[in-house]
Amino acid sequence: MLVEEQIVEQLSQPVVRVEGLRKVYSLGDSEVIALAGIDLEIRAGEFIAVMGPSGSGKSTFMQITGLLDNPTDGHYYFEGTDVSRLDGDARADIRSRRLGFVFQAYNLLPRTSALENVELPMVYAGVPAAERARIAHEKMGIVGVAHLAQHHPNQMSGGQQQRVAIARSLVNNPGLILADEPTGALDTKTSEDVMRIFRELNEQQGITIMLVTHEPDIAAHAKRIVTFRDGHVVSDHDKTEVAA
Amino acid sequence: MSDFTGIFRLALQALIRNKVRSMLTMLGIVIGVAAVIVTVAIGSGARVSVQQSINSLGSNLIVVQPGSVTSTGARGGFGTASTLTPADGMAIAQLPGVSAVSPAVTIRTQIVAGDNNWQTTVTGVAPTYSFIRSWPMASGSFFTQNDVNDAAKVAVLGQTDVSELFPNGQNPVGQTILIKGVPFTVVGTLTALGQSSLGTDQDDTVLIPYTSAMQRITGQTTVSQLMVSATTGDEIAPVQTEVTTLLEQRHAIAAGRPDDFQVRNLQSIAAAASSTGAVMEFLLAGVAAVSLIVGGIGIMNIMMVSVTERTREIGLRMSVGARSATILRQFLTEATVLAACGGVIGVIAGFIGTFIVAALAKWPTQIPIAWVLFSIAFSALVGIFFGYYPAKKAAGLNPIEALRFE
Ligand SMILES: Nc1ncnc2c1ncn2[C@@H]1O[C@H](COP(=O)(O)OP(=O)(O)OP(=O)(O)O)[C@@H](O)[C@H]1O
Ligand SMILES: [Mg+2]
Repeated sequence: MLVEEQIVEQLSQPVVRVEGLRKVYSLGDSEVIALAGIDLEIRAGEFIAVMGPSGSGKSTFMQITGLLDNPTDGHYYFEGTDVSRLDGDARADIRSRRLGFVFQAYNLLPRTSALENVELPMVYAGVPAAERARIAHEKMGIVGVAHLAQHHPNQMSGGQQQRVAIARSLVNNPGLILADEPTGALDTKTSEDVMRIFRELNEQQGITIMLVTHEPDIAAHAKRIVTFRDGHVVSDHDKTEVAA
Repeated sequence: MSDFTGIFRLALQALIRNKVRSMLTMLGIVIGVAAVIVTVAIGSGARVSVQQSINSLGSNLIVVQPGSVTSTGARGGFGTASTLTPADGMAIAQLPGVSAVSPAVTIRTQIVAGDNNWQTTVTGVAPTYSFIRSWPMASGSFFTQNDVNDAAKVAVLGQTDVSELFPNGQNPVGQTILIKGVPFTVVGTLTALGQSSLGTDQDDTVLIPYTSAMQRITGQTTVSQLMVSATTGDEIAPVQTEVTTLLEQRHAIAAGRPDDFQVRNLQSIAAAASSTGAVMEFLLAGVAAVSLIVGGIGIMNIMMVSVTERTREIGLRMSVGARSATILRQFLTEATVLAACGGVIGVIAGFIGTFIVAALAKWPTQIPIAWVLFSIAFSALVGIFFGYYPAKKAAGLNPIEALRFE
């Protein structure tokens, strides 16, 4: 196979492909089926909102796609590689190089400057200090918090903290950003600001994003909406296709 | 994966974020190490200065004292039989390998010169004493064998007695002093030796002929001890044996019966003194080591609390790509840095404490550098040992549960 063909092959690979993905939690003698067989593909450059009632398995799905956990059954291919049964270290390495996380509760280190927070993933990835600072500044600039570099989390608004967290998710040039209810703790106005940043990242930088939300207004920013119920995908709606 | 300096920085950042807690956590180690340093400084300072002062007395010196020695080496019947006479000394002086002998008759008494009086130690000795102690004169001259033969009323003063009895700076040579009411003429003064390391003032002394001491003051025919100087260090052991044989003969002690005297050389006295010092040092260092371990448990306690408190933080670190082993190393580094810093601060506190003890108690001190390095290294080990369990706990967390932790 020619090198170009390989690259084309690689690029055309979906970022995420899951087949018959199941997750069962056992609680003593009872079992909870959180994911009951999910088949889904996410291609590079997509912006997906995952919706569904509480307990439908959204967070569980995010955790498995984010390689924080392994599925009970089924297969998960990340960027073309089967990652369904990796051990903790291998998953940590992929998270370090290829994934970015944004949380509802921001999860910034307290009493630590925004800059150091943004640098954190690069420390674990072994990026040299000077390089870390340069990249951190660059990403903070993209999400509009460069001026807050020396601020500590308790000196920033919720919206500002979430932007710093987004900058942190960008520093390793991830193939996929996962955001579980990133606007859950924000007011409507600030939520809109944060969603605009996600949209810009997706539209201008081509970054693949998957986020979970309960609010249709928030989901409306995404290009594709996937709805979960009782561990199944019950609807998969691609706006770009509808528009086309 | 990640470089060590990166991990080290993370650990430092985490410690700096909790300054007060870090300080309090260190406190146990600080106190432990400071205790070790002060203890060792006092112990080894005392040991070194005992050695020095014994050497300054003349390392070839052998001392014969009255009293028996039991098989365990403890002195029994001390003071009951004062059996040594000047004649014993003269006999010893004839032995090969002996360069000089001086009897010593020690009297603690008040001396008077004009309006001034002073409590001091008067020692009756032979002229050889100044050779045995290698103690030069500051003025005048030492008394002579003739003075001994005549039981002359002449005295040689140490510098402390000079300044106590003649505070206005008169020349003491030629002046008269009263020892237990008996007038003595000062014929010379000794150079100042200063304080002995045991804290006694060596210059607080008056030397008179031993015959004068016995006939005019104590009224006894025996002496407190005989000071014997061997010609060389190698002669000490043979001379000791000869002296023992000679005195057993002279005192008519049957074979197998305990001696009524004991012969000791200063090296053995020094060894005894320093081994007592070493035992004390070990005991105290043991106590200090226990406090270090208590400090280590303190670190473990705080690290456990810290791991629980920072569960979400650990979850976050894992989600952004930290491996378990990296988290383990980070927490272990935190505990170690904490303990090692405590060690360094403890050493500084120990130096200050030692300085204060030396100044207030006028105690000789010496801080062996090996102990400083050992204390810091041991603290770091304590940190690793007691930090391991909490670090293991942190590394074993599940990232999802850790992130969800309230
Ligand atoms: N660690 C766990 N142990 C046991 N059951 C779990 C665990 N995590 C999730 N579950 C269960 O799995 C199901 C799916 O949970 P999940 O958190 O994925 O739902 P969700 O769609 O994110 O809900 P919400 O909108 O409330 O966040 C629920 O029934 C939940 O109780
Ligand atoms: Mg959820």
